[in-house]
Amino acid sequence: MIKIHFVDHGGTERSVEVEDGISLMEAATQNLIPGIDGDCGGSCACATCHMHIDPEWLDRLPPIEDQENQMLDIVDLRDADSRLGCQVKVSPELDGIVVRTPIGQH
Amino acid sequence: MLSPNEVPLDQIDVADAELFRSDAVFGYFDRLRREDPIHYCSTNKLYGPYWSVTRFKDIVEVETKPQIFSSEARGITIEDDTLGLGTPMFIAMDPPKHGEQRMSVSPAVSPENLMNLEVGIRQRTNEVLDGLPVNQTFDWVDRVSIELTTQMLAILFGFPQEHRRMLTRWSEVGSASPESGSSVVESPEARMQELHMCLGYFTALWHQRAAAEPQPDLISMLAHAEATRDMPSRPLEFLGNLMLLIIGGNDTTRSTMSGSVLALNRNPEEYRKLCARPELVTSFVPEAIRWQTPLTHMRRTALCDTMLGGKQIRKGDRIVMWYLSGNRDPQSIERPDEFIIDRKNPRHQIAFGFGIHRCLGNRLAELQLRVLWEEALKRWNKPMQIEVVGDPVPVDTSIIFRGFSHLPVRINA
Ligand code: FES
Repeated sequence: MIKIHFVDHGGTERSVEVEDGISLMEAATQNLIPGIDGDCGGSCACATCHMHIDPEWLDRLPPIEDQENQMLDIVDLRDADSRLGCQVKVSPELDGIVVRTPIGQH
Repeated sequence: MLSPNEVPLDQIDVADAELFRSDAVFGYFDRLRREDPIHYCSTNKLYGPYWSVTRFKDIVEVETKPQIFSSEARGITIEDDTLGLGTPMFIAMDPPKHGEQRMSVSPAVSPENLMNLEVGIRQRTNEVLDGLPVNQTFDWVDRVSIELTTQMLAILFGFPQEHRRMLTRWSEVGSASPESGSSVVESPEARMQELHMCLGYFTALWHQRAAAEPQPDLISMLAHAEATRDMPSRPLEFLGNLMLLIIGGNDTTRSTMSGSVLALNRNPEEYRKLCARPELVTSFVPEAIRWQTPLTHMRRTALCDTMLGGKQIRKGDRIVMWYLSGNRDPQSIERPDEFIIDRKNPRHQIAFGFGIHRCLGNRLAELQLRVLWEEALKRWNKPMQIEVVGDPVPVDTSIIFRGFSHLPVRINA
């Protein structure tokens, strides 16, 4: 099991343990983390799984592919830490990762 | 008339207003999804040849490849340049211009702004519901659906509420297609004349906002944003964007406000469920949107030769993504032909499209519908209390919008 710390918009932290291999979006929606929706089910087509990765963990993530980049271009408040959660699979390497979630998606 | 299964495959032409009016189109979509999910039709006289993309997954594929499947080349509906303006609005642009303009208006419908808007939406919804007659037949479309969506639109634009029915009219005129026999306007010229009045009104509003401090309404946002501040100097582009926001913010949610009543009435078991557990409103709303799918399709144009689902697509081909079909695709949605208000993933549906053009106002639409039903159920909490008492009249404008012009309803109290 991999541990993930989600910090919501108001600063509340929720730590969850999830199976190796699922995505950060699934980790969030399975655990009812507020602010993450995942409408397209992980096809990188809705951007309702936008989240901010703690900078310390950023370089351990796979690079942003074209389609993810294109979708990130239409989210509000994109910054250097932005990722689409469905495009990041959790692995033992990411055990303990810290993720900030926005107030909501649209 | 032949049944959908008897028509030879190569003669199927779903782009026929008659099929949409009667809902017969569903039978054709079922067949296409099963037998020829990417289907070529060469016999349509009104629009010309087109491909139908009917499966959920294939639609997502087209939506996520804007560099191949363009919105800008020939417009976004099966008809070339629907509005007859000859100019793109941002929904009909490709990157990077699309992104810049989209982001100028996006804050208006951000989660933060929606929270601020909710109080006002609830108050207006309450006023509208309080004013409804009971034990008496009335038109739900006019009294509820149009009234609420138009008030909302006026708030979003910072448009004078007392003139709000002008927005309703411009929406109807904008989406009317006199060429294919709409009764809304007499001629293409009459239509353009009315649209120019709309443009004039909004240009005045724009100058007013541009001269004032920024406010959280759409016109002010456009007037102050870097990417859009000079838009009125390109009047047709300005008009195109206005039409997008007026029609996109009006016809669609309006249709689902009506469709949701109808869906509950036709599925009394679900109506009972909702009355017993009003908190289901949050999943009922996206399910009602899926059920209605007020925008039947969007169109793309292939910018190069490409393969799609095993079919050879040629540069310049017209690709029609039928959302209405994708939302009934059993490969992506469980028991898609049933209206189920407590589905597990109700937002996994394609009524808002996907990819970079995905509907900007999707959460606003959900918010308006949720508030409507929360407040309605507080007043009338018995199954079938809001009763459809006659046949709904579908809109006659086009095969793009799926909605109603009249829906006779009686509130039994
Ligand atoms: S779930 Fe849709 S983009 Fe990630």
